[in-house]
Order: sequence, then C-alpha cells, then structure tokens
Amino acid sequence: MKSVIFKTTAHLVIGIMLLFSLYLLFRGHNEPGGGFIGALIAVIAFALLTFSESPGYVRQRIHFSPGMIALTGVGISTGSGLLAAFSGSDYLTGIWWKAVVPMGTPLLFDIGVYLAVTGAVLSILLDMAEELL
Amino acid sequence: MNWLLLFPIIFPLSGAFFLYLFRKNTMAVTGISWMVATFGMVASIGLMHRVYSYGPQAASLGNWPAPFGIVFVADLLSAAMVSVTWVIALGIVIYSAAELHSSLSYSRSHLLIQFLLTGVNGAFLTGDLFNLYVWFEVMLIASFGLIALDADATRIHGSIKYVFLNLISTLAFLLAIGLLYGATGMLNLAGLHLKTAYLSPGLIFFLSGLFLFSFSVKSGLFPVFAWLPASYHTLPSSIAALFAALLTKVGIYAMIRVFTLVLPFEGSIWQHILIVMSGLTMLTGVLGAASRFTVKRILSFHIISQVGYIIIGIALYTPLALAGSILYLIHHIIVKANLFLIGGVLNRKFGSDHLSQMGGVYKHFPLLAVLFMIPAFSLAGFPPLSGFWSKFAVIRAGLETGHHVLAATALIVGVLTLYSMLKIWNQAFWERPPENGAAVMPAPMKEMVLYLVPIGTFALMTIFIGLWAEPVFRYADRAAMQLLDPALYVKTVLGGAP
Repeated sequence: MKSVIFKTTAHLVIGIMLLFSLYLLFRGHNEPGGGFIGALIAVIAFALLTFSESPGYVRQRIHFSPGMIALTGVGISTGSGLLAAFSGSDYLTGIWWKAVVPMGTPLLFDIGVYLAVTGAVLSILLDMAEELL
Repeated sequence: MNWLLLFPIIFPLSGAFFLYLFRKNTMAVTGISWMVATFGMVASIGLMHRVYSYGPQAASLGNWPAPFGIVFVADLLSAAMVSVTWVIALGIVIYSAAELHSSLSYSRSHLLIQFLLTGVNGAFLTGDLFNLYVWFEVMLIASFGLIALDADATRIHGSIKYVFLNLISTLAFLLAIGLLYGATGMLNLAGLHLKTAYLSPGLIFFLSGLFLFSFSVKSGLFPVFAWLPASYHTLPSSIAALFAALLTKVGIYAMIRVFTLVLPFEGSIWQHILIVMSGLTMLTGVLGAASRFTVKRILSFHIISQVGYIIIGIALYTPLALAGSILYLIHHIIVKANLFLIGGVLNRKFGSDHLSQMGGVYKHFPLLAVLFMIPAFSLAGFPPLSGFWSKFAVIRAGLETGHHVLAATALIVGVLTLYSMLKIWNQAFWERPPENGAAVMPAPMKEMVLYLVPIGTFALMTIFIGLWAEPVFRYADRAAMQLLDPALYVKTVLGGAP
C-alpha cells in the first residue's frame, strides 16, 4: 500500500507533528502537556513514517539508536534531580535561572522524560514493525 | 534533607545509564554492576542504622511539603527490606557474572536488573500510594523484559500467565487508588492514615477487598498464584533467584503497609479471609512442590508455601505475629535466593534441571552439599537456623490467638517442606548418578568461585540470623511496633522536616 499521496502527505504531516510534540513538551511547564504526552505524539509521527516508508528508513533518519535515546533521557532526568544537591536542597528540587531565561531543572527533567519515552516506545515500535511488515 | 533515602533509587538508575554506555564491554558491565550493588548496599545499611538510631526518616522530593508532594519514608521495616534487597542484589550480580557470562544479552540483563532494583527499592521506600503503583510498574516492566531476554517458546508460554495476572492485579490496584483518592482527596500514606477513619464502612470494605485481591496476586497467595510456578522455572537461575527473593516480597510489603497504615483491617471480615487464605496457600504450595521433580519447579512452589507463613503473621495482626512475619520475610529472601542459586550450580554441573539426571554431588563436591544443607534445613525450620525462629514466632502467635488449626497446618507444612528438600538431597546429592545420565561437566575454578561466593555468604547469613536471633528479632519486634502504632511514622511525614 505504498501510495504516493500517503507518502508525500506523511512527510509533511510528520514535520507538523514533531513541532507540535515539542510545543506540548514546553507548554507542559505550566499547562497540560509535558514530556510524556509530547513524546507519544513524536512517536506517532515516527509510526506514520514507519508505515509510509519502512522501519529501516526511520532507523536511518533518527540516526541514534532508540535505546541510546531512551537511556540518555533517563540520564538527563536523573541528573537534573541531582543538580539540586549543589544548592543543598532536596532531590528533584527545581533550580531556576529566571534572571537569564525563564527555565530551570524541571524543564531539563521533562526533556529527559521526553527522550526516555520516545526512545523506549520507538524501540518497541520499530522492533515489532520489522517483524510484522 | 536525607539523601540517604534516595541513594537506593539514584544508584541503580545512574547505574543503568552507565551500563548502557559501556554495554559492548563485558568487563565494564560487570564492574559497574558490582559497584552499583556495593554502593547500594553500603547506603542502605547506613540508612538502616540511621533509622534504628534516630527513628523513621522522611525526604520530600522536589521540596514539596508532605501531603501534596511525594515523600520517601523509611521506617524500620522499609530500611530492613531495602538493605536485604541490596545484599541479595550484590550476590546476584556476582553470580550472574558467571552464569549469564556466555548469554547473548549479558549487558541487557544487567541493565534490566538495575531497573528492577530501582522499582523494588522505590516501592519499599515511597510514602505515597500512587507512587507505590508507579514503582510496581517499573518493577514489572523490568521483570517482563528479563523474562523476554533470549526467550524460547516455553519461556514465552510461562510469561503470558505472569503478564496477564499481574496486569489484572495492577488494574485492581489502580482502581482502588482512584476510589480512595476520590473519597479522601489524598494519596500520601500518612495523610490517608488520618483520613480513612472517616470513610463509610461499606467503602472501606470494598477498598480493602480490592487491595487484598491486587496484593494477593502480586505476592502469590492461594487462589491466584498460578503465574508464579508457570514462569519462574523457565528463567536462568540468577534471574529466578532475584525474582523469587524480591517480587513476591514487594507484594507482601505493600500488603503490610496498606493494611497497617491506610486501612487497618483488624476485626474485619477480610482478616478472617486472609487467615484462611494463608493456611491454604501454605498447603497448596507445599503439596505442589511435593509433586514436582525439577529443582526450580520445587523451589517455585515452595515460595508460595513460604509466602503463606508470612501472611499468617499479617493476618493475625498481633505484635508477635507481625514481628514473626518481618523476620520471616528477611529469612525467606536470603534462603530462597540461595536455594535458587544452588539449583543453578546443579544445573550447570549436570546440564539439566531434572532430579533424575542428578546424583553423587555429595561424593564429588561435599562443599556444595554442606552449602545446600544450610538453606534447605533453614527453609524446613530446623533449629538453630533462621527458619526455625521465624516459624516459631509465627506459630506461637497462632497459638496465642487461638488459631490452633492454622498452627497445626503450619507445623505439617514444615514437615512436608522437609520432605521435598530431602527429595532434592537424596536425588542430587546422595544417590549415584544415573547410568544413562550425562557426565558431570567440569567448571573452571574462576567460574566456581563466582558461583560459590554468594552462596556461601547467604548461607553464613542464614546461620548468623539463626545463632544471633535475639538482636534480629528485637529489630523485627520494634519494626512491628512501629507498624501497629503509626503515630511516629505519621509525625515524621507530616510534622515538618525531621
């Protein structure tokens, strides 16, 4: 079912979806959204690409192995909590750089979650797709 | 701030990250795994010491105050569970360096072991009901992964029951959490302790039932234990030992926590049901074990019967009974892991797990025979080993509260346990090897050392708990007191920073 229309629109839609997933990631700071839900949207985008092209194509385009992405995410999340230790407060306490940009370690944590979920779900998805397609 | 409370989570999580980075290098994987387990053990023993000297400890994550944010709490029970978890973990990563060395997914198993440990430690330490659910999930997902690694058809077949039953129980748990949150607006365990007294009796009855069902599946109680013997015997011994030692115990821990702190079930109908269930669990488990003829299957069924003993203590709900339960938990984790590890050595020697293929270990390898005898007799409850004291406390509590049938069942099950331990002993250690059986496979010295160090250490710990039972029992007694009178726990969590 490799229709040209599907293929072409898929590539267009995926861009928008990835952008939307990033929007959700950053919006999650104060409003509904966040790393987990953003990551799921991103994975749906990759799923679309898997079906319109092939699992191998997705693997090639994302460059890093899904496992690497997931574990980097775990590392970032764990590390973002540890940063609080330097200011002598509790694990996962938010540290802010409001003077510079309105961001802090909670965002870092969310990015970690985003990567972890993307990587984990993507690795399951690609493995299964390779077996089935 | 108590970083000590968080180390048991942070270490394995960071460990998993580094394990992935160095996944191609077997030496590095082994090194990191051992290092994380050693650090975890030191930190958790430090935590236990701290809790023992200064009372329960609490840490609020992200500096959000207690009933709103998520807290980690360590009382005597949690601290002891975390410590014994890390001791077992260290033994198992050492053992698996030998057993899984040639397996395809060596580094992946170590990675998943670290995730499993994160989940287990999180469940033991968290002071929040929903967070407990999350750690359960972390633990379950890691265990699904460990089952699926290098899986063949039998392993997948066994794991389907495991996944399915655990999924149902998790859903029931989630449902109960949702209802409880709807009724109280709170998920903090200490906060719930203050609030559940005002709930309607009908709701409490229903919620207790849901929690009981969910934790029964997780801890492998009588009508719903089918997942356990179906899946454990298919795993490599080190992984089976890890599962046997920890997975059911997390369910039991959750049961103790919820039924002492959140919904004290003393005097309710669920208590009577749990008493009956514990008796039937003991019996079915031990009868199942008596009818099996491979080492891992026998041991898997014994987990169920031993869980029955632990549940007696919770069901009777007296200080002595609970102390007995806690002592039993600690004893059981060590002994059961040890027996699975010894089963793995037998498997390695004879190339099969079936008793009819074994024989003559005593003659060729007396050290292993001695090392087997210690946990086996401890499991059956021989004095002066650790199993004797824990059984003694539980049975005595049964007699004191007038549950004579239960106490008699416990004694009979003890004898039957001895029977199936003797079955392994006779076949594998005492009798001649079968004529047509495969020859004993020689193992290199270095590999045997990796096998025997954890086995020997666990055996020594069994003896130690047996001979110096008094301080251990005093600890368990204090832990039981803390559980039955949670005022201190609640104060630690809600009454400002410690």
